[in-house]
Amino acid sequence: MRTTEFKSSASKRVGDKVFSGMAKSFAWLTLILLAGIVIALVYASWPSIQAFGIGFLFSDAWNPPMEDFGALIPIYGTLVTSAIALLIAVPVSFGIALFLTELSPTWLRRPLGTAIELLAAIPSIVYGMWGLLVFAPIFAQYIQPGLQSSIGHVPVIGKLFAGAPLGIGLLCAGIILAIMIIPYIASVMRDVFEVTPPMLKESAYGVGCTTWEVMRGVVLPYTKTGVIGGVMLGLGRALGETMAVTFVIGNTNFLSSASLFEPGNSITSALANEFAEADPGLHTAALMELGLILFAITLVVLVVSKLLLTRLAKGEGAKS
Amino acid sequence: MNLLARRKLVNKIALTLSLSAMVFGLFWLAWILWTVFELGLSGLSLALFTEMTPPPGAETGGLLNAIVGSLILVVLATLLGTPVGILTGVYLAEYGRYHWLGKTTRFINDLLLSAPSIVIGLFVYAVVVAQTGKFSAWSGVIALALIVLPVVVRTTENMLQLIPNTLREAAFALGAPKSVVISKVTLRAARAGVLTGVLLAVARIAGETAPLLFTALSNQFWSLNLNEPMANLPVTIFKFAMSPFTNWQELAWAGVFLITMGVLVLNIIARVFLRAEKIN
Repeated sequence: MRTTEFKSSASKRVGDKVFSGMAKSFAWLTLILLAGIVIALVYASWPSIQAFGIGFLFSDAWNPPMEDFGALIPIYGTLVTSAIALLIAVPVSFGIALFLTELSPTWLRRPLGTAIELLAAIPSIVYGMWGLLVFAPIFAQYIQPGLQSSIGHVPVIGKLFAGAPLGIGLLCAGIILAIMIIPYIASVMRDVFEVTPPMLKESAYGVGCTTWEVMRGVVLPYTKTGVIGGVMLGLGRALGETMAVTFVIGNTNFLSSASLFEPGNSITSALANEFAEADPGLHTAALMELGLILFAITLVVLVVSKLLLTRLAKGEGAKS
Repeated sequence: MNLLARRKLVNKIALTLSLSAMVFGLFWLAWILWTVFELGLSGLSLALFTEMTPPPGAETGGLLNAIVGSLILVVLATLLGTPVGILTGVYLAEYGRYHWLGKTTRFINDLLLSAPSIVIGLFVYAVVVAQTGKFSAWSGVIALALIVLPVVVRTTENMLQLIPNTLREAAFALGAPKSVVISKVTLRAARAGVLTGVLLAVARIAGETAPLLFTALSNQFWSLNLNEPMANLPVTIFKFAMSPFTNWQELAWAGVFLITMGVLVLNIIARVFLRAEKIN
């Protein structure tokens, strides 16, 4: 057995103070980091904020030589691709979580759960490259014409699927994003479904409910704040995702129609493509302001997500 | 159709949809991994590890400078981010668990954990690159370290919370001061879990591209100077994948293969560690 010799009480106290002081100052560092990010972004985008004011958000101009910038097209691209991603990812993630908690044989649960989590571990640049070189050509050749010949004829909605099937574009970026955020949403949903007290579920099964009825009538109502929290977490990821989107969104600052087949730009892809080569003046400041807008949107989404998830955890504590 | 038959039918439909959702998720994983293996393996060669990234038009070439650059960036970022992360995690679990500073830090750390990595890149650009006036490997290291930090904080705190209080009390009863209790008892008991967090953080930054675009940039040449731009795998892959040259694209696939394998292996090791820890 090994023994640890403690030093004299005076140096003991000093060592203790130094250790706790260091731990505490690093905790402060996290707070300072967040504040620092906000301050640095506001400072760096100040020329652009002064030049364009609130109109920056609503202008679709993006003209580096004329120094006229607006954020409308990138914001539109970010919101539309994230919305498509949620539309696909939420039902699929729900299905996966349902499968993992209620249907899967116990021995399969862990390997399947791990497989879905590995989907989250794959770096986003892999998704991007795969999306551009493998998925987009197939998408353009088979899926886009298929969408046009089916949903394309429906009035109003059909307009979303008009235009040339290029493969790359808003819809393609949205689909790749959906694949990327499925594992995040699915694993939060699985975790929150698992906190439902077995007694509640068993009572429902006991009075003859089917699996689906237990899910809809007991598990979902019990865990709904957590489920929404998980969805918001996925949304936060989708909004800030860079590389996967940059590869497949098409990178153009002109939008000529409402079609989802159109190539576009998102905040992140505009930054990834232009920032390193931007002129130091207003162009850089405008890109910094895009970053600031992105950070503000994701922070709001993440704060809401976090609050909802903690509320579920607290309710859990009070009931047990 | 009577009510029971309808309920059973609805149930069947829902469960079938659930099964197909599972298949849908696994389908993409299989497809992506298949592509990476197929195209990546064919791109593997000795030249990949011995030659530099080729200039436009060159027939041959490898990824040596990018591989070495990535290793340097990842190792330095981990060395920089891990100690800070572990100490912050210690503060959250051992000192400030119920203190307002602890609660706020925990909340903000979770925000940083999911914050867009490209914003970290912008931040480091504004604070380091714009001030020093040039892109450098150091700025890339700082950006990656800021991404390592919240991951390590989160896992360290979680793992320390799993350590039973009786262990701490036993050590205190022997007269050990708090810093000794933490460093020699609780952290040691949680070391497998803490190590898992570090591995996951390394896996996370190994493929990070966005924050490097504005910091370490890339370098076509061999350079170990941390004050200059440094070649790295993700940015090289980005550049080569978007290029029209087929040999560049082949190199990009080989690079993607290396990164994906590295990340998956790290993830699997981390899981094995964590499971071993939970069983004990």
